Amino acid sequence: MSGAIESKSVTRKFSLGRAFMWLILAFVIFATIFPFWWVVRTGLTSPNSVFQDTTNLLPVDPTTQNYERTLGMLDTQDAVAAGGSGQSIDFIGSLKNSIIFSTLITIFQVAFSTMAAYAFARLRFPGRNFLFGLYISALMVPAIVTLIPNVILVRNLNWLDPSRQLLPFIPCGIPYIPCTKGWYVYMAMVAPYFFMTPFAVFFLRQFFLGINPDIEHAARIDGAGYWSVFSKIVLPVSRAPIATLAIITFIASWNEYLWPSIVGRGVDHRVLTVALAFFRSSQPYGRPDWPGMMAATSLAIVPVLILYMIFGRRVLDSIQFTGFK
Amino acid sequence: MAALSPKRRQRVRPKYSRNEIIAAWLFLLPSLIGFIAFYAVPAVRGLMISFTDLNPIALNQETNFIGLANYEKLLGVGTEIPFWKTDFGNALKVTVQYVLWNIPLQTILAILIAVLMDRLTKSTLVRGIILIPWLMPNVVVALLWLWLLDPGLGLIAVILENTGIEGFLQGIEWLNFKGFGFLGNINQAIPAIAGINIWRHVGYTALLIFAGLQTIPKSLYEAASIDGAGEASAFRHITIPLLRPVLAFVLVTSVIGSFQIFDTVAVTTQGGPIAATKVINYLIFEYAFERNDMGLATAVSVLLFLILIVVSLIQLRLLRADEADV
Repeated sequence: MSGAIESKSVTRKFSLGRAFMWLILAFVIFATIFPFWWVVRTGLTSPNSVFQDTTNLLPVDPTTQNYERTLGMLDTQDAVAAGGSGQSIDFIGSLKNSIIFSTLITIFQVAFSTMAAYAFARLRFPGRNFLFGLYISALMVPAIVTLIPNVILVRNLNWLDPSRQLLPFIPCGIPYIPCTKGWYVYMAMVAPYFFMTPFAVFFLRQFFLGINPDIEHAARIDGAGYWSVFSKIVLPVSRAPIATLAIITFIASWNEYLWPSIVGRGVDHRVLTVALAFFRSSQPYGRPDWPGMMAATSLAIVPVLILYMIFGRRVLDSIQFTGFK
Repeated sequence: MAALSPKRRQRVRPKYSRNEIIAAWLFLLPSLIGFIAFYAVPAVRGLMISFTDLNPIALNQETNFIGLANYEKLLGVGTEIPFWKTDFGNALKVTVQYVLWNIPLQTILAILIAVLMDRLTKSTLVRGIILIPWLMPNVVVALLWLWLLDPGLGLIAVILENTGIEGFLQGIEWLNFKGFGFLGNINQAIPAIAGINIWRHVGYTALLIFAGLQTIPKSLYEAASIDGAGEASAFRHITIPLLRPVLAFVLVTSVIGSFQIFDTVAVTTQGGPIAATKVINYLIFEYAFERNDMGLATAVSVLLFLILIVVSLIQLRLLRADEADV
């Protein structure tokens, strides 16, 4: 067989193979996106029509009532009349809780972890490697091991009592002064994530180690203190990885379920994931309110999607980073 | 110490500046509070609780040190019940089944997707789409699939029925297949939950592997093709060996994660039907927060930790041993 013929046949095979490969990839993309459409489609389907036309790609007998029910725009009677189960989900309330929960965690965890990461990367003190090793070994411990003692801890501190006031001397109901009841529960909810996670410290330390230390040394020689070197030289050049970490942290806390479902299970403190799980478990057995649940589910998807559309690039890059670790 | 000459002392340990030490501890202070209060102390406390009969609900009952009684109970010491029928034995069995359904399929699919992306497109959009399920809360993903996999109305069940696949499978006598029940069926619930989590994680895993593929020089493939190596042989002899570090990372972390499955079970099956999906973490949850038996619950969590250490060590050993062969 001459070389020319062989290379020709290789090219043809190659392009056929390529078309086939595209087909598989297209299917993967379809399988990724389509379930989300099915959630929206069901959310828009009238509860009385959910049993008909189960394969129709478009909502059957379309209505926005499920979304209105989820957002609490219909009262219970109307909701039941519309075909709901009469169970409701305080969507706006739990959205607020999710925002409080995730924002508090993100701001403080990232700030404190950045400081710790800088100390581990640059400052020299006895026991540094040992302590860093301890932090890293905490990555290996399954979350469930520390979960139970942590629940006992916040319970013993009496943080789970929603009637407890943060500042007992300020009564509720004074105009312009927010009622401080229930803040202990929020404290309990954020506590384990508030100060640090081993991953955050590790992630930023890796980055700090990669920065050229010469400028910092020069600033030190010029008499700058450790804090001003950190805040005026290191932080400005580290904006990108810190922002990346903040986004990962925010999404991770937004998705957190087990811990907030244990310490924040009261109606006033449920985050979105917990409220959704409660909504699901309160459905009548055998005949759940699928359109209502799917409406709530699709609404819960929206905040993550918006964040992802804005910061998607950073999230993708962070995966590149983890992979190369 | 005083006997040492200054020069020698300098060699033995680096010179620390007092100010730097103080600054360092101040930088570390907030994270240390969190580390000690919510990681270090709880880890030790968890171990200690596992030797007691702590029950926070029984107020007047004193907490007693009961030695290894919790562990003996879990491992079925002194009972006639076979280990796999005990609570813990069943949880371990179910969890291992889950891991065995989850990891191989997920890893193979992820490698396939990563190779496809590597060959076809570097598009950020494609990568961005593939990652979406991983960004969603477990609870959302679980609810989504609970609906798609509903045995009566769910799209998957309807498609399988309408296309005749279900009927075809039922027709094969030796399969003894009674129809799709998915999450409600004792034999299908674990594969169904594994499928749900594969859907959520496969894109993320594919991106990790894709990142690894980018580090393999393209010239190696060109050289191999000049030497007459086909696609398959290039994949076997170039891609897989050079991908080994990334694969090791992916496998170890995803197996560790897989052993700790909880959210999906909690939302979809709550351990059922019967105990077919009562995975280790769900058993711990039940012991701790339904039975309030903190001692037993922490004992299971300690056992889980030990299992994870052993599994990780075995994996690392295997992956490293292979590396030496190449």
